[in-house]
Amino acid sequence: MNNPQLNKNGELQHLLTTEGLPAPVVRRILDRASEFLSVAEGKEIKKVPLLHGKAVFNIFFENSTRTRTTFEIAAKRLSADVVNLNVGSSSTSKGETLLDTVDNLCAMHADMFVVRHSQSGAAHLIARHVAPEIHVINAGDGRHAHPTQALLDMFTIRHYKKEFHNLRVAIVGDVLHSRVARSQIHALTTLSVPEVRVIAPKTLLPTYIENMGVQVYHDMEQGLRDVDVVMMLRLQNERMQGALLPSAQEYFKYYGLTQDKLALAKPDAIVMHPGPMNRGVEIDSSVADGSHSVILPQVTFGIAVRMAVMSMLAGV
Amino acid sequence: MKIQIKNGRLIDPKNGVDARQDLFIVAGKVAAVGNAPAGFVADKAIDASGLVVAPGLIDLAARLREPGYEYRATLESEMDAAVAGGVTSLACPPDTDPPLDEPGLVEMLKHRAKTLNQAHVFPVGALTQGLKGTELTEMAELADAGCVAFSQADAPLTDTRVLMRAMQYAATFDFSVWLRPQDSFLARDGVAHDGEVATRLGLPAIPVGAETIALATMLQLAKETGVRLHICRISSAEGVALVRAAKQQGLPLTCDVSANHVHLSEMDIGFFDANCHLTPPLRSQRDRDALRAGLLDGTIDAICSDHTPVDEDAKQLPFAEAESGATGLELLLPLSLKWAGQGSLSGALAKVTQHPARIMGLDAGHLSVGSTADVCIFDPEAYWKMEPAALKSQGKNTPFLGLELQGKVRYTLVDGVVVYQG
Repeated sequence: MNNPQLNKNGELQHLLTTEGLPAPVVRRILDRASEFLSVAEGKEIKKVPLLHGKAVFNIFFENSTRTRTTFEIAAKRLSADVVNLNVGSSSTSKGETLLDTVDNLCAMHADMFVVRHSQSGAAHLIARHVAPEIHVINAGDGRHAHPTQALLDMFTIRHYKKEFHNLRVAIVGDVLHSRVARSQIHALTTLSVPEVRVIAPKTLLPTYIENMGVQVYHDMEQGLRDVDVVMMLRLQNERMQGALLPSAQEYFKYYGLTQDKLALAKPDAIVMHPGPMNRGVEIDSSVADGSHSVILPQVTFGIAVRMAVMSMLAGV
Repeated sequence: MKIQIKNGRLIDPKNGVDARQDLFIVAGKVAAVGNAPAGFVADKAIDASGLVVAPGLIDLAARLREPGYEYRATLESEMDAAVAGGVTSLACPPDTDPPLDEPGLVEMLKHRAKTLNQAHVFPVGALTQGLKGTELTEMAELADAGCVAFSQADAPLTDTRVLMRAMQYAATFDFSVWLRPQDSFLARDGVAHDGEVATRLGLPAIPVGAETIALATMLQLAKETGVRLHICRISSAEGVALVRAAKQQGLPLTCDVSANHVHLSEMDIGFFDANCHLTPPLRSQRDRDALRAGLLDGTIDAICSDHTPVDEDAKQLPFAEAESGATGLELLLPLSLKWAGQGSLSGALAKVTQHPARIMGLDAGHLSVGSTADVCIFDPEAYWKMEPAALKSQGKNTPFLGLELQGKVRYTLVDGVVVYQG
């Protein structure tokens, strides 16, 4: 099965998923992001002209504020022209198909699409459809993938832990519905993290998840023991329907991250969350705001990582 | 019209014939096999050297999309596809719009099909009104109009009391009931087999239990009501095991599988190939192997095309939103031959001639003297590339797109008339 996001020279053509992304490519993205981080943190220049004259279209078929904003900032810091489209509220509601929308935007000379869609596989569909000079970045498709989130998570882990080969990482929460979790698992295993755990009740884990190279825990206290990194997942309120969980209270009691549970992890463990957080549902405020939390740095790194991805796709 | 089909390898599974024999047709019927009848002078001779002469194929599930879905396919295009695929009789499921739940609709479909003078069309009537699963249709009237069986197609029938009543009523008249086992609660929103691939791709999944739970219910009710039950589109190893056990207990049960499922598994979805969005979902390789074994030991009686032409726009969507189904009439023969592989050609042909005829209650699917001369003559060695242009069907959607297939129909005869030559 050929990897649809690499061109025949093995270079990044699209970023659709972290699955099958070669480790050297991942490391190059992280290295590049480090360079951009200094651009962002340097006081005098925040902007580089790498994508000057390029048009980046943020097409969001599903609502998002944070991800869209960070992509927008990343593109603007690269001097690209950025167009934001909230398609959820325009074309498709008039009956236009996904690919019709894309064709129209191609006709407006888009160079890069940043796509979010509620259906798994939407970014792959677009990537297969567009002309070869156009690049597609998956900003989240259904339950499938959210590669830039996973890459910024890897950047964060490397920033605090330096290496991957000696880590024990736990991913906690609604893995079943989470594109973030799938992308994190692929990225962590690609970077040779020796032990990746997932912690959740059985209703929130997909079948054969262990075949993705993870160890399954249903008891959070066992699962958190001696881990270096705790990656929390967002639990959406609608999961209380459909007989997946009885209540937010019970979920918090057994799977919410509290100071007591975190104490089971290594003393220097870091706590991550892709946002937006549900305080008191999956994470206690004292942990979210505590000394182990790297949740806000994740957001900052996210811009640098997205700049790295965009510039590498553009070949600059 | 007198036709002599000569020099071919005649394979007639029902009569146990597999030999180089000529076939003689007079006035639409098989007049003789082997030696010409006295005084026979052919008006037309077909040289079948290097070709196989077989009974016309009988397909248990081909959606012709009329009435209601003419933008996806028309009777004309799909009837062309049928004979191009060597199919001379086909059953069409009732999931048209409106569904085939009234005698008038069935008569109209039969009439429209008949005027085209191609394959014989046998409608399968709706088991419940509007396929809604609540009230029975006028089954006896529908049978008079030409329905050969009664089915829910892919529509759910969740109320087990209604299911039992429908079976009882059908059993009263000895009608056959065709059902695809799927528990609609377990299958809700699902688009792929609940396995490794759906997990990796983040696709909403349908567990095997959706099939086995519904199947167990159907088998139990069939036992109690004595109905002739036909299980459609079995997809899982556990499902095959249940059917096998029920047959061993002597239940008058038959079973089919779609040609796609004999060859494909969830792995073929690759990176969201919407052509692999099928109903039921493609399951694991272990399930596929069990389907093949079930065909071999007779647990599964027949292979059908499950022909479902879908227009291209409806497939150019994210996997879950794309419409399910694949075109199949023109792939039924090559896919059945592919299953036969190095095994028995006659055994494979039996799955698309003799056995589906038996399930439909037709005196067809064989070439006995005196029978209707529905014949498929094909080149078993010819390779062809599965490209959209190679298909007569309006639906170009198939997981086999771009692949080489073996086995090409050269002539199709219906009622002793050559209706296709390729």
